[in-house]
Amino acid sequence: MSRLKRLYEWFEMRLQLEGPVKDAALHPVPTKAASWWYVFGSAAATLLMLQIVTGILLALIYVPSGAEAWKSLDELNNHLYLGWFLRAMHGWGSNFMVAVVLIHMCQVFTFGAYKFPRELTWILGVFMLLMTLGMAFTGQVLRFDQDAYWGLGIGASIMSRVPLIGGPLVNLLLGGPIIAGATLSRFFALHVFVIPGTLLLFTALHIWMVIKLGINEWPMPGRIVRRDTYVQEYHELTKKDGIPFVPDALWKDLFFSAAVLAAVAVCAFVFGPYGPSGQPDPTIIQTVPKPDFFFLWLYAVLAYLPPSLETPFILIVPVLGICALVALPLVAGEGEKSWHRRPVAILLLVTVAVSLGVFTHLGTFTPWSPIMDAWSSDPVPPKMIHDVSPLERQGAVVFQAKQCRNCHSIGGTGGLRGPALDDVATRLTEDQLIRQVLQGGGNMPAYGKNLSPPETTALVRFLETMRPPGHPPAVDATQQEQKASAQP
Amino acid sequence: MSEEKPVTRRWLLMGIGVAFNAIVGVAIAVPVIGYLLSPIKKKGTYYKWISLGKLDQFPEGQTRLADFVNPFERPQDGETANTPCWVRRVSADKFQVFAINCAHLGCPVRWFPQSELFMCPCHGGVYYADGARASGPPERGLFTYDYKVANGELHINAGQMPTLADQAKLVTITGKGKSPCLG
Repeated sequence: MSRLKRLYEWFEMRLQLEGPVKDAALHPVPTKAASWWYVFGSAAATLLMLQIVTGILLALIYVPSGAEAWKSLDELNNHLYLGWFLRAMHGWGSNFMVAVVLIHMCQVFTFGAYKFPRELTWILGVFMLLMTLGMAFTGQVLRFDQDAYWGLGIGASIMSRVPLIGGPLVNLLLGGPIIAGATLSRFFALHVFVIPGTLLLFTALHIWMVIKLGINEWPMPGRIVRRDTYVQEYHELTKKDGIPFVPDALWKDLFFSAAVLAAVAVCAFVFGPYGPSGQPDPTIIQTVPKPDFFFLWLYAVLAYLPPSLETPFILIVPVLGICALVALPLVAGEGEKSWHRRPVAILLLVTVAVSLGVFTHLGTFTPWSPIMDAWSSDPVPPKMIHDVSPLERQGAVVFQAKQCRNCHSIGGTGGLRGPALDDVATRLTEDQLIRQVLQGGGNMPAYGKNLSPPETTALVRFLETMRPPGHPPAVDATQQEQKASAQP
Repeated sequence: MSEEKPVTRRWLLMGIGVAFNAIVGVAIAVPVIGYLLSPIKKKGTYYKWISLGKLDQFPEGQTRLADFVNPFERPQDGETANTPCWVRRVSADKFQVFAINCAHLGCPVRWFPQSELFMCPCHGGVYYADGARASGPPERGLFTYDYKVANGELHINAGQMPTLADQAKLVTITGKGKSPCLG
């Protein structure tokens, strides 16, 4: 017996792990389930390990103090060997983890894997998704910069909308009256102890159930899940047409996990670490705070909700959504697994995915926000003030100086909050323009107090020049009628 | 698994042991809930009068950015203890002190003296010079701080981040308000 073998047996005699490990490794999986579609769960687990390792390495340097966190990130980025790379790995690892967890969830949903007897595996998975998002948000806070600061402000403002206990909840979230050192400390505790501890426990249970209950078989149209026969049918399937998990299925997991790790490393190397952006000094108000990629859709939704719907929406919809996800396997625990026979489920999935995609896309360029420096940085295109009267030219000056440009684009630049004004003269008559400028309305502020009559006249004259060549100016139908009826 | 579990002396002792642990656990844990909830204070506790400086930094008819150090500052707060606010001096002794936080979701609003509007960079909330809502998603006007003038300085009652849950007062729109050009 070689020394190595003797050493192994010394440990095995004391640990007694060989039996359970062999059981787990060699348990049969349905041949068709050893598929490339089944690699996302293990990749998510690999990313979790990566986050733990890189997180510990960052914690060696990071200082969870409101006064020093930003400086310690700066030190990691600029003064320590590979500090920037570890921050980048942790940041990109987080992006990949959210993405892979979401893909894993879509796959499991599409394949009907949440049905009997894997309901609890799905329910734990829902909470693991929430914890992953929780890690992403708390992680963004630990990157204690301007975005983190104002992101917390948004969090606190959402909390404050809870009826009755909103005020106490804000103080609980912030650890005091304002966003400050105490806030960072409690988010550090959440990000480093509370959420990852729970997430690891849930991950262990999740994987335990996958091994004990067996991996979901490849769904076949017409193969119906029934509570009283499913377990027996599954065992027959794996007996008749099964292969051992190791190595027949595991090699794909290993390949994919390695590829994902490599992709994280490449992204980290090429794109570098996230921020930190400006220091978390609230007196620097020249800032345009924005959440990280995975919360952009929420940022967009909050911009589009009408004020009256906003509070009920933010407080009720997430609760309903989570309840629906948790209830899904309990309500639809039996029946068809195949996507060929579940059109509603697939349509639902596509609708949710497209909605999230659209809102995220909108979140990347925030058309609802005024562009704060458009009035001073985007000049009026010269061709628009060519061949115009001095009064109209003065109107262009008023247009810029009164920050109209922050919300209205001309010549393709400027804000997108209000309509582009390149053809406004084809839509509004002089009277309508004056009314709109002075009284506002339709989500535009009233400028009556801020414009002198000469300024208003000049501005409206300028706006009346805004029509593409060959397009007639807008006419007021009632005026024409009056004119016609006045004529004998 | 036994068919029926007789209450033996040892089962009874174990039961008492569990109960004993539960009592000790609760006795220790309940006060700790108070520790966890300690940031929650009675309304008004997080407010103190603080000075924004001499009156002459705020010219009449103008709106200026001012900042103050939060009265409940702790050493680890660093620069986050600084808080900005907008001071509008309406007349010699009449002021409006607005919180920097948008009434929608708390982002920092910016004052544009040319168009006399506050604009928020996050979701496009816009307010008039008197703090009244002009457009966008906010459901009310800007939050204001109570102020008083003492010893030639402007003092405000501040300390808590203003949110919808806080007792920050609603800006009352008097006179012409939203539609200034209408008779």
